[in-house]
Amino acid sequence: MPEASPTPSASPAPAPAADLALRCQNIHRFLGIGEGRVHVLRGVTFEARRGQVYAVVGPSGCGKSTLLYLLGLLDRQDDGDIWINDRLMSDRSDGERTAARAANIGFVFQFHFLMQEFTTLENVMMPMRKLGRLDEAAMHARARDLLNAVGLGDKTHRLATQLSGGEQQRVAIARSLANAPAIILADEPTGNLDQHNSGIVFDLLTHLAKENGQAVIIVTHNPEIAGRCDVVRPMRDGVFL
Amino acid sequence: MSLSCIVLGVGLFVVTQATTSGFEQFFIKTILGTNGAIRIEDQIQDTLRSMEAGGRGSGSNFHVALRTEGKKYVEGIPEPQMLTDALRHFENVAGVSQVLTGPVIIRSSFKSESVRVYGINLDDQLRVSDLENQIVQGHLSDFRDQPNRALLGREMADRLQLSVGDTFMLTAGDQTEARHYRIAALYETGVTDIDRVRVYLNMGEARSLLKKPTGATFLQVSLYDVNRAPTDSTQIQMTLGYSAASWQMREKTWLEVFRALRISTAVTVSVFTLIAGLAMFNTLAMIVMEKTKEIAILRSMGYTRRDISQIFLWQAGIVLAIGTVVGWMLGAVVTYSLSNVPIHIRGIFATDTFIVRWSLWHYFAATITALIMVMAASLIPARRAARLEPGDVIRGTAQ
Repeated sequence: MPEASPTPSASPAPAPAADLALRCQNIHRFLGIGEGRVHVLRGVTFEARRGQVYAVVGPSGCGKSTLLYLLGLLDRQDDGDIWINDRLMSDRSDGERTAARAANIGFVFQFHFLMQEFTTLENVMMPMRKLGRLDEAAMHARARDLLNAVGLGDKTHRLATQLSGGEQQRVAIARSLANAPAIILADEPTGNLDQHNSGIVFDLLTHLAKENGQAVIIVTHNPEIAGRCDVVRPMRDGVFL
Repeated sequence: MSLSCIVLGVGLFVVTQATTSGFEQFFIKTILGTNGAIRIEDQIQDTLRSMEAGGRGSGSNFHVALRTEGKKYVEGIPEPQMLTDALRHFENVAGVSQVLTGPVIIRSSFKSESVRVYGINLDDQLRVSDLENQIVQGHLSDFRDQPNRALLGREMADRLQLSVGDTFMLTAGDQTEARHYRIAALYETGVTDIDRVRVYLNMGEARSLLKKPTGATFLQVSLYDVNRAPTDSTQIQMTLGYSAASWQMREKTWLEVFRALRISTAVTVSVFTLIAGLAMFNTLAMIVMEKTKEIAILRSMGYTRRDISQIFLWQAGIVLAIGTVVGWMLGAVVTYSLSNVPIHIRGIFATDTFIVRWSLWHYFAATITALIMVMAASLIPARRAARLEPGDVIRGTAQ
């Protein structure tokens, strides 16, 4: 059963620092220029514990994806701070933020964004190649294990173009887990899938993350998916409700 | 498309260099093989302005030199052997040949024409020219062994309907006596002004015919390093007091024509290279636009900006490497094919096929040109790719 969504007036009790995979405080973000400039995030504060699955829900344009990209260090906030594994990252250089992404964050997007010219095995190995912690044999073995875990162990040498939509999203999940990151950020991971595949993908994602003690933050429109998360954080007009 | 641009650019560069420099080099080879690197002809005498010591009209035989007014050129070389010995002291001089020339009338049973006799010592002449390789019929040994043998240009022989072994008559300028000669061999340089005009005789026979027992008309000089001819001729002129004309100066007009041709070809190839570079730039820029999502995903995985730009630079590098090698092969095949194209040229040199010049330098220069073009075309797209902000890209694709 998911926990009740915390209200802004009753902030959740602060978790011990060791449990926190990710934290942000007073995040502000503006998008657009001139008259089109929009205050997308208005002082958002958020924490994510290891082993917990969080759903950020809200109408389109409320800022939930923008928040996700900021937490993933894919974008820079206009104000506020972000900590990854208790390390302040919001004011670091691009190189440091990129290195932090490689080691600590895995992404799953609505569109799987697999490299079409590469096999599923090679796609899963890509993050590992960049991190460079494992040798070739170890990378191969881990990639196979991850593909087995998502039910695609017999399709390691298929090109991404030779898989169905659901299978490609499963490969994306395996890829996001490749470097055993502390945090998984998923932006509408089931948005492009039918109900059957949506359930499979969500179960896979949450099961593997909990197994490995990872914090999962999912942005979703799907109330069914949101209802199956540990914590639901509704958002409207750039603030958590 | 980028690959084909590089292949064509490299191939075209190689072919144009091989053909333009081919004709030019062949022309230079012909010039050096006929008239030598340096020709020494006239004695230079300074002309002095002087006055009678006792003033004008004094009748004094004592003249005071006032200043050097100019130079006077006295035709011919009265002491050719002395000059030859002096020339051998110049380190770059490989050979010297004394040549005695004069106008004659040649008569065959068919017709007569005005030509020029060139009296030579064959062995000396072979050191300063390519006469041995210019023989197209007959044998030089016959010319060497027999004093009354002659070498005729093939064109002259054709006009007079003469061939090897035939006899003809020569009458020197103002002489009435006609002498008989037999043709030992026919030569062909390809230079019309030579092949139609020159009759080579042994020096002794030429002296007798022209009634010039001493002296020489000019000295023909060969050099070890022909590119130093202008410097050497200046030095010779200053040191020995004889006019010395380098081949570069003698053939300046034609060399300028070839130079203009080379520049024109270089401009054409440069334009093509520029177009090829723009095409490659366009292709890479399009690839960057098409791959923005992939770039964003790679950045989200932890690939740095440098990694992204290197992907594009490596891509350009691989295309460059393959394109250059294939371009070399294309250039070589086309060059070889052109070298077998029949083309009949006479006038400034003789050839019956297209002339090409094989040189590794052409391939090296083509590679450098392609490298510069690829670097210029790929750097901007590579940097543009590296500068993409992953959040902006992914935000744009998330609906």
